[in-house]
Amino acid sequence: MADLRHDFVGIKSPNPFWLASAPPTDKEYNVVRAFKAGWGGVVWKTLGLDPHIVNVGGPRYGAIWGADRRLLGLNNIELITDRPLDVNLQEIKSVKKAFPDRALITSLMVPCEEPCWEGILRQVEDTECDGVELNFGCPHGMSERGMGAAVGQVPEYIEMVTRWAKAKTRMPVIVKLTPNITDVRYPARAAKAGGADAVSLINTISSIVSVDLDQFAPQPTIDGKGTHGGYCGPAVKPIALNMVAAIARDPETADLPISGIGGVTTWRDAAEFITLGAANVQICTAAMTYGFKIIEELVEGLEQWMDSAGHANLASIQGRAVPNVTEWQYLNLNYTAKARIDQDSCIKCGRCHIACEDTSHQAITNMVDGERRFEVIDEECVGCNLCVNVCPVENCITMEQLPAGNLDKRTGKDVPSEYSNWTQHPNNPMREVAE
Amino acid sequence: MVDRYLEDGIIEGRLDDEAYEQNFADAHPPLDQHEAAVAADRCYFCYDAPCVTACPTAIDIPKFIRQISTGNLDGSARTIFEQNILGGMCARVCPTETLCEQACVRETAEGKPVQIGLLQRHATDHAMQRGAQYFARAAETGKSVAVVGAGPAGLACAHRLAMKGHKVVVHDSNPKAGGLNEYGIATYKSVDQFAQHEVDYVTAIGGISIVNDSRLGAGLTIDGLLADHDAVFLGIGLGGVNALGVDGDADDAGTNAVDFIAGLRQADSFATVPVGRRVMVIGGGMTAIDVATQARLLGAQEVTIAYRRGQENMNASSAEQDQSSSKGVAIRHWMQPSAVTKTASGSLAVKMEFTAMSGGKLAGTGKFQTFEVDQLFTAIGQTLASGDEIGSIVVEKGRIQVNDELQTSNPSVWAGGDCVAAGEDLTVTAVAQGRDAAESIHAALTA
Ligand SMILES: Cc1cc2nc3c(=O)[nH]c(=O)nc-3n(C[C@H](O)[C@H](O)[C@H](O)COP(=O)(O)OP(=O)(O)OC[C@H]3O[C@@H](n4cnc5c(N)ncnc54)[C@H](O)[C@@H]3O)c2cc1C
Ligand SMILES: Cc1cc2nc3c(=O)[nH]c(=O)nc-3n(C[C@H](O)[C@H](O)[C@H](O)COP(=O)(O)O)c2cc1C
Ligand code: SF4
Repeated sequence: MADLRHDFVGIKSPNPFWLASAPPTDKEYNVVRAFKAGWGGVVWKTLGLDPHIVNVGGPRYGAIWGADRRLLGLNNIELITDRPLDVNLQEIKSVKKAFPDRALITSLMVPCEEPCWEGILRQVEDTECDGVELNFGCPHGMSERGMGAAVGQVPEYIEMVTRWAKAKTRMPVIVKLTPNITDVRYPARAAKAGGADAVSLINTISSIVSVDLDQFAPQPTIDGKGTHGGYCGPAVKPIALNMVAAIARDPETADLPISGIGGVTTWRDAAEFITLGAANVQICTAAMTYGFKIIEELVEGLEQWMDSAGHANLASIQGRAVPNVTEWQYLNLNYTAKARIDQDSCIKCGRCHIACEDTSHQAITNMVDGERRFEVIDEECVGCNLCVNVCPVENCITMEQLPAGNLDKRTGKDVPSEYSNWTQHPNNPMREVAE
Repeated sequence: MVDRYLEDGIIEGRLDDEAYEQNFADAHPPLDQHEAAVAADRCYFCYDAPCVTACPTAIDIPKFIRQISTGNLDGSARTIFEQNILGGMCARVCPTETLCEQACVRETAEGKPVQIGLLQRHATDHAMQRGAQYFARAAETGKSVAVVGAGPAGLACAHRLAMKGHKVVVHDSNPKAGGLNEYGIATYKSVDQFAQHEVDYVTAIGGISIVNDSRLGAGLTIDGLLADHDAVFLGIGLGGVNALGVDGDADDAGTNAVDFIAGLRQADSFATVPVGRRVMVIGGGMTAIDVATQARLLGAQEVTIAYRRGQENMNASSAEQDQSSSKGVAIRHWMQPSAVTKTASGSLAVKMEFTAMSGGKLAGTGKFQTFEVDQLFTAIGQTLASGDEIGSIVVEKGRIQVNDELQTSNPSVWAGGDCVAAGEDLTVTAVAQGRDAAESIHAALTA
C-alpha cells in the first residue's frame, strides 16, 4: 500500500489532505468532525486582532453551476474569523491536544505593524499548534484595511512581514499567496527572501459571480448592493496549477515547499498539484459542497492510483511533471497528431462536426455516402483537440500521433523525425541561426 | 358498488369513484421545474439533431430544450408552436418512443433518451396556462378558405392560414371541435378537457370561425364551398370502420372500438359507462390497445386482445403494449375470429382460429378455441366514411390521393391528416400536413 504519510516543513500528518483556512475550519466543532472523518491537517480559519471583525448578515456566497447544478465555482464575501481571539486560541489548543497526530496550522492576518505580529505570534505559540500561515491573500474586505491581498500584492511588504514573523516565532511560517497579481513568482521570491519555510497558494480570485437582473446588482446582493468577492472551487484549478508550476520551475524558488490550493475536488486533482511541485494540498470548496466524507475518496483514490502505478510514497510523485512544463517556444513543432473517431462509441450527436465546421478547420464530416457519419478528414485536421473536448463520450475521439516518416495529408509532406521548435523555425525573425 | 366488479354482462359502475379517479389520472404527470431543469441539462444540443429529423413537424428540439434550461420558457414554447401549434397535445399523445426519443443520441448512448415529450409539455403548459399568444395575424388578405374537419389537421391548417391573413371557416360534423383529440385519444393522455382548451388556444389568434354540427355531404358540398371560398382543405379523418366480416351475430354483437372510446371521452362520469366483465378486443393497433386498457380501467375483470399475427407485427409500439400489459390486459397472438354467436345467457361465444404463416402468407390452421365474453370490440382499422361527401375527388387505396403539395385531384382542394394516403396515422403527422397544406394554399392564393 502506498505510503501517504507526509512531512511538510517538519509538520507531520497522516495524509497530504489539509482543510484550507475557511469556514470548515472556523470552530472546534467543525475541525473535530473533520479530524474524525480522517483529514490529515487543518489550517484554522484566519485569526485577527480583537475587536473581531463582523460579517454581513445577508448572503455571503454566489456560485456558477454546470449541468445538473453541479457547483463549479464559488464566490464569497466572507471575512476572517468573526469570533473573539481568545475563544479561537482556546479551541485550537484543545483540538491539538485531542489530535496530536494531525497537522494544525493557525492562519493569521493582523495590521502591517511589527508589534501586532509579535503579539499574536506569542499567543499562538501557547496553543502548541504546528505552525502559522500568513494570510496575504484575502481579496475583499480585509485588503481595504491594508491587510490580506493588499500586502500580498506588494512583494516588499510580503518580505518585511515574513521577516518579522520568522524573527518572532520558532514555528514554521507558511506564506499564503494571492493570485490577484500578474506574476506569482515575485511574491513567492519575496516570501523566500523574508525567510518563509513554505508558500501556500492560491487564495481566492477577485470576482463578480453574477448580476441580479431585476435589481441590477451584483450577487450576492445585500440590500440592493453587491461587492467583488473571492472565487474558488473547480473553476479555479487551472489557474492555481499554473501558479504552482511557475513557482516550482523558478530557479529562485525551486526548493521552496508549496502547499497547493485551489479547486482540489478529487484525488486526481490532488495528484496533479503534487506532480506539479506541491508537497501537499489544501481544500475548501469541495468540503463545503459535499461535506467531510470526501476525504475517504481522496485518500483511497490516491493510494489506489499510486499502488497501480507503482509509486511507493509521495516523494516519488512530487514534482515529477515539473521538468515537462516548458515554454511554448520549446514545443516540438514537428510533432503531428490527428483526431481519430471510434465509430463504435460514437453516438452521432454531431458536436465534433459543428465545432470543427463552424469554428475551426472543416475537418470532420457529417455525412458519408448519404449516411449520418462523423469522420476525420486528415487533409484538413490540424490536430487541435477541440473535437475531443466537445465530444460527450469520453475516449470516443482520441488524438493519435502520426509517427515520423508518415505522410501528413494536410501538408503533403512526411512527418520529420527530428525535434524542431520555434526558436529554430524559418518564420521566426529572431531564430537562432546555427553556427 | 365494488361488488359489481364480478357481475357478468355489460354494466355500469363496476368500480367506486376513487378507483375511477385513480385509473384515469394523467398518465405522465407534468415535470416540475426542478425535474425539467435536470431533464433539460441532459440534452447535448446535437448538430442537425436526429430528434428533429424524427419529428414529423420538425420542431427545433435542441433549441427549445436549451431555452428551458436558460429559463426562457416563453421562447421555448414559441419555438415549439412555430412548427406545431398543437405542440401541447402532441407532447401528451405522441408515441415519442418511436419518434424523437427513439432518435435521441442519449438513447444510443445510455438507453435513456432525453425526456423530450415531457419537456415539450413543460414549455407548452407554461404558455397555454397563461394564454400567451406568440403569433399575430398578418394583414387581412381578403381571401378565405374553408376547412372541413376540426381535428389536428384542420386546426393546424386553419391556424397557419389565419397567421397569413386569410379568413378561415371550419366545418365539423361533430358537436365539438378537436377531432380524435376530443373523441378518440385515451382519456388518461388528455385530462382536464385539454382538447377543448387547445382548440380555444389555437383559435385565439383570430380570423377562424368554427361551425359545429356541419357535415360535408349533408347540405355542404365541395362545389358549394368553392363558390364561397378561394380554397378548401379536407381534414376529415377516417369516419368509417372496417367490419369484422365473420359468421354469426358479430355485426350486431360487437361494438366498434372508436365509438366506444368516443362515448367514454364524452361521458360525464366514468361510472355511467357500461363495460363487460369479460372483454375481448380484436386488433393490434393503437386503438385496440386503448380500448382494451380503458375497458380494464373501467372495471372489466378480464380483458384480452386477440391479434392475428405475432407481437413484432403489431402496429402498437412496444411501449404501448407494455403500458396495457401493466394494467392487466392479456395480449394473445396468432389467432383470428371465425364466428361470433350469442349464447342463451346473453354472453358471446367468440370462436377463434389459430393462425400461422404458411408460404409467406397468413393462414388459418384449422384449430379453434372458443372464448366466452360479455363484450367484444373490433379495432381492425378505419376507412374514409363511405358517403360520397368528397364528390369526384380521387381516392387511392381508400384514402384521398394527394401530391407533394397535399393538393387533391381538384387543384383548389387540399387534404391532410388520416384521410390522405400519406404518412402515419398520428396526431403529429396530421398537424404537419395541415400546416404544410396551409403553406401551399397560401402560396397558391398569393401567387
Ligand atoms: C382510439 C384512437 C387512439 C389514438 N391515439 C393516438 C395517440 O395516442 N397518439 C397519436 O399520435 N395518434 C393517436 N391516434 C391517431 C390520431 O388521433 C389521428 O391520427 C389524428 O387525430 C388524425 O387527425 P385528423 O385531423 O386527420 O382527423 P380526425 O382527428 O379524425 O379529425 C377529423 C375531423 O373531421 C370531422 N369530419 C369527418 N367527416 C366530416 C364531414 N364529412 N364533414 C365535416 N366534418 C367531418 C370529424 O368530426 C373530425 O372532427 C389515435 C386514434 C384513435 C382512433
Ligand atoms: C467562504 C470562504 C472563506 C474563506 N476565508 C479564508 C480565510 O479566512 N483565510 C484564508 O486564508 N483563506 C480563506 N478562504 C480561501 C480558501 O482557504 C482557499 O484558499 C480557496 O477557497 C481556494 O481553495 P478551494 O478552491 O479548495 O476552495 C476562504 C474561502 C471561502 C470559500
Ligand atoms: S462528438 Fe463524439 S459522439 Fe458526437 S458525433 Fe462526434 S465523435 Fe460522435
